Amino acid sequence: MRVPLSWLREYVDLPAGVTGRDVQAKLISAGLEVEAVEQLGAGLTGPLVVGQVLTIEELEGFKKPIRFCTVDVGDAGGSGAPQEIVCGARNFEVGDKVVVVLPGAVLPGGFEIAARKTYGRTSHGMICSASELGMSDDHDGIIVLPPEHEVGTDAIALLELVDEVLDIAVTPDRGYALSLRGVARETAIAYGLQLGDPALIDVPAPNSAGYPVQVSDPYGCDRFTARTVTGINPEAHSPLWLQRRLQKVGMRPISLAVDITNYVMFEVGQPLHAYDRSRLTGPIGVRRAEAGEKITTLDGAERVLDAEDLVITDDSGPIGIAGVMGGAHTEIAESGADSGTTEIVIEAAHFAPVSIARTARRHKLASEASRRFERGTDPQATSAAAQRAVDLLVLLAGGKADAGVTEVISPSAPRTVAMPADHPDKVAGTEYGRETVVRRLQEIGCDVYGSDELIVTVPSWRPDLAFPNDLAEEVIRLEGYENLPSTLPRLPSARGLTESQRLRRRVGRALAGAGYVEAPSYPFVGAEVFDQLGLDEDDARRRTVTLANPLYDTEPSLRTTLLPGLLATLRRNHGRGAPDLALFETGLVFQPSGEAVVPPRLQVDRRPTDEEIASLEAALPHQPRRVGVVLSGAREQAGWWGKGYPASWADAVEAGRTVAREAGVELTVRQEQYAPFHPGRCAVLLAGEQVVGHAGELHPRVVKALGLPERSCAMELDLDLLEAAGGDGVTGPRVSTFPVATQDVALVVDASVPAADVERALRDGAGELLEAVRLFDIFTGPQIGEGRKSLAYALRFRAPDRTLTADEASAARDAAVAAASERTGASLRGA
Amino acid sequence: MSAPNKSYDPVEVEALKPEEIERMRDEALAAIAAAPDLDALTHVKTAHAGGASPLALANREIGALPPQAKAEAGKRVGQARGAVNQAFAARQTELEAERDARVLVEEAVDVTLPYDRVPSGARHPLTTLSERIEDVFTAMGYEVAEGPEVEAEWFNFDALNFPPDHPARETQDTFFVKGPDGGDQSGVVLRTHTSPVQVRAMLERELPVYVIAPGRVYRSDELDATHTPVFAQVELLAVDEGLTMADLKGTLDHMVVSLFGEGMTTRLRPNHFPFTEPSAEMDMVCYVCRGDSVGNPDRPCRTCSSEGWIELGGCGMVNPKVLTACGIDPQKYSGFAFGFGIERMLMFRHSVEDMRDIVEGDVRFTLPFGMEI
Repeated sequence: MRVPLSWLREYVDLPAGVTGRDVQAKLISAGLEVEAVEQLGAGLTGPLVVGQVLTIEELEGFKKPIRFCTVDVGDAGGSGAPQEIVCGARNFEVGDKVVVVLPGAVLPGGFEIAARKTYGRTSHGMICSASELGMSDDHDGIIVLPPEHEVGTDAIALLELVDEVLDIAVTPDRGYALSLRGVARETAIAYGLQLGDPALIDVPAPNSAGYPVQVSDPYGCDRFTARTVTGINPEAHSPLWLQRRLQKVGMRPISLAVDITNYVMFEVGQPLHAYDRSRLTGPIGVRRAEAGEKITTLDGAERVLDAEDLVITDDSGPIGIAGVMGGAHTEIAESGADSGTTEIVIEAAHFAPVSIARTARRHKLASEASRRFERGTDPQATSAAAQRAVDLLVLLAGGKADAGVTEVISPSAPRTVAMPADHPDKVAGTEYGRETVVRRLQEIGCDVYGSDELIVTVPSWRPDLAFPNDLAEEVIRLEGYENLPSTLPRLPSARGLTESQRLRRRVGRALAGAGYVEAPSYPFVGAEVFDQLGLDEDDARRRTVTLANPLYDTEPSLRTTLLPGLLATLRRNHGRGAPDLALFETGLVFQPSGEAVVPPRLQVDRRPTDEEIASLEAALPHQPRRVGVVLSGAREQAGWWGKGYPASWADAVEAGRTVAREAGVELTVRQEQYAPFHPGRCAVLLAGEQVVGHAGELHPRVVKALGLPERSCAMELDLDLLEAAGGDGVTGPRVSTFPVATQDVALVVDASVPAADVERALRDGAGELLEAVRLFDIFTGPQIGEGRKSLAYALRFRAPDRTLTADEASAARDAAVAAASERTGASLRGA
Repeated sequence: MSAPNKSYDPVEVEALKPEEIERMRDEALAAIAAAPDLDALTHVKTAHAGGASPLALANREIGALPPQAKAEAGKRVGQARGAVNQAFAARQTELEAERDARVLVEEAVDVTLPYDRVPSGARHPLTTLSERIEDVFTAMGYEVAEGPEVEAEWFNFDALNFPPDHPARETQDTFFVKGPDGGDQSGVVLRTHTSPVQVRAMLERELPVYVIAPGRVYRSDELDATHTPVFAQVELLAVDEGLTMADLKGTLDHMVVSLFGEGMTTRLRPNHFPFTEPSAEMDMVCYVCRGDSVGNPDRPCRTCSSEGWIELGGCGMVNPKVLTACGIDPQKYSGFAFGFGIERMLMFRHSVEDMRDIVEGDVRFTLPFGMEI
């Protein structure tokens, strides 16, 4: 809502020195978000006067037609002689009154005017357009003034070019502030001044002579005022002051009748509609549309109506979508048109906010009217608003007010709220006292009765005031939020972070400590990435939660795996010249639940039952938390110290182990084939027998399809499953101080035997004396035999209570080898 | 070796003559002093202190002396051998020190060599800033509450007093999940704020409730220098008997002091949110200029655009309707809540100028933030 300070002063007698910034500060403190104060005409200095075009000489031979004019500016030019001015606009004739800026003047934006040679003539000033004067964005030629303004008149004052405009972002609860009336009320309270309420005017009593109106949906429309004005001069134009006010609030002047309805809407907050009475057939009706009914609205679009849409009708059918936009057929004709409108019916109605909101959204038709109706207008302002329009039509268009006054009113009681007088004190945590509370409520227009328990009748323009806290807010904001004390509540003791939250922090630290950089990514994906990842047609990861209104049509779904986002980040970093990358992310993935259901629309006037809550949960997808890593390039750099080595499947698997360690889980790793991984370099990660994730090198086709660095690797695992598998707390180990006995064994097995199996067998076979086992070498070659490999293990034995003898250590080693031999076919190398 | 001879005159044993012993000692000492290195010293030791050295041989001759002469000869030889051993040990230490010094010099390296062998990692500043905020409040006795990101509209809107078709719903730029029939009406959205976590906390927890709800939220804004469709938020909820707006103000003041230092404070401005009544917009004093830039064109502040205040987010007293929808008696209990975006705080706390740097995951942006913020 744009509020010109000059207009605001019409209703609040602000002290002369008060600036827009002053008012801004006061209104912000009172709760109106004044986002900016626009300084109109900043830097503008005259002479800027009304002139009359005396002669026009068309200059030829230039790229565009140019006019050389003489313009009478009275004495403003100094000599009294006509001013010679070159002008590129063509929308004026000899005799027209125009706005002339003379040498020595400065236009907004620091544009200094001087006599200058142009198009072979000397131009002593300029004939101005609206945009040059900062009046509007209108570039359609120069301003042609109504003929009544005298030559030589100061145009800065005439056009009210210097002003301040407050730009207010009105919150949805304060519909009343979408009017000068509402903003003036807040201003008056803030300055402790009287409000000159523009809606406080005499209106004639309703009678049966008015234009007939039948409201058949009193819930959708509980008030409808219709007034008629006849004898309107179709030639009449909006006076400058009216046009200027509309321009300043951001409306384009159109025609006198339309301008007047807009003007009253901004003034009082009541949207009006003007019908050309000659185009109405029969009584005006208000009803719900029939599904499929059609109407062509003012903007020329034909719209198919919904059965919920409230429409205004006459005998011909719908003539307007109530509160949203009028129909084309009954539109007021343009001023000056041959069939100019001479008789007007004014509609001022109150419509149910939700109905208007739904219709406006359904037809994607947000209008100045619908904005106001859906926030709630003042139902008691319809008669006054209609009267204002009638008065202006009489005053400016030479019209005659018809004696008929139609008022259709569904009776309703005034709205009251009961509130303990100390409620605002309790909400704020300070003491205002009853007297202050009552005074503040009265200031905003409430009637207040009662002593300890207040009965508050709220004003008709404040549909937002319905509960005690609403009233408390009014008191507290007017007393100043800045005056609230600052205290702290006493909290009961709490338990800190949950295990799951701690785990997530540990995992982040562990991965970052291992050289990974955290890179959270957007969860939006498209089906294409699943193809690029080489997922089977029936892969569960292709079943996604999909958005109805995605930001990009190519990415309408939510991720079922972290890899697309992580790999995109990897690619982006690589593209920006980072060759060696290790990234990680923890976040949710989204898996549609088995049976997709629409949750019930639950009440909010009580706690939902457990069953109801369960029905909401059932509509939600499964949202497990995952952790993923991706790697490319060197994992360890080459340098003066020696060789580096590339990131490999082994780093990816180790990242899984790093995460699992934080959860107290020892992962089991098995060979697997799983997209998007290299079929020979993919591990499935298990906690016990529960699959928790996968790791490995990416399939070369995936690397190519996604444009990734060669040999990129990845790991992804489910943190929720891992956490559930988490082990018991650590039991403090007894540290034996007896000496260690080390035995190395080289075992030859079939090349296909997983090393993990051999190690497991060694551990099981070695028994309790085994302290550690470590694979320190793998050897293949002719000595071992085709399809065989030799695994060299260092076994460390130690007893808790004695020094082991050589025999004991050897016996344990032999038992280990025997177990490996039995389970994996291993034989001692050289044996 | 000579045979024992009880009448043997020591004077007559040439090798045990005092001057002879002195000579042997002096030769040994000279040789030790002259030994240029440890190898030479080893040879010297063999020659002058070894089993076949003159002094050792002389020592053996003592046994051939008559008893009355043994003591004196023994003493003389012993003193000579002691002096030689002492000199040897001293020279050995000296030469070892020389050798060590030489070797260590030879082993010297250029310690300014770079060593970027092992990569460094980092956690994302959104994560660590969120944790830091969590820590401020867990220290006060709040617990961290969480909930799903794909959320039922009832939790995201209805229970928070966004009536259906209320214009406030439209201000949230909501992503809607497609319904089972492929239509728009699924009743499920990407949560537009972490407030549904507040609702869940009130439904699930025992009163009083003191929770902080960090998490990812979604609004259908295009990514640009100041907007992102996916962002992080932290909200706080307190529901107890007798909570007031003054408590809200005090809690906010505590937070900005904890995060930005002593002397920080907040300011509330009236605003509207469906889920709070009264509602307020909250600002904090600009932690850079502390308001000094206001009306002081000579000292402009980029952080607050010389406004003196930085907009933080929204807050207010929990709307009694929200309490009712969660089964809490608004006659008995009251609550306060606030919420703000972590990206925004990260931007002004760490002078980040472009939202895209936070979002895109460029390691050059993230690495300097390290493990904690």
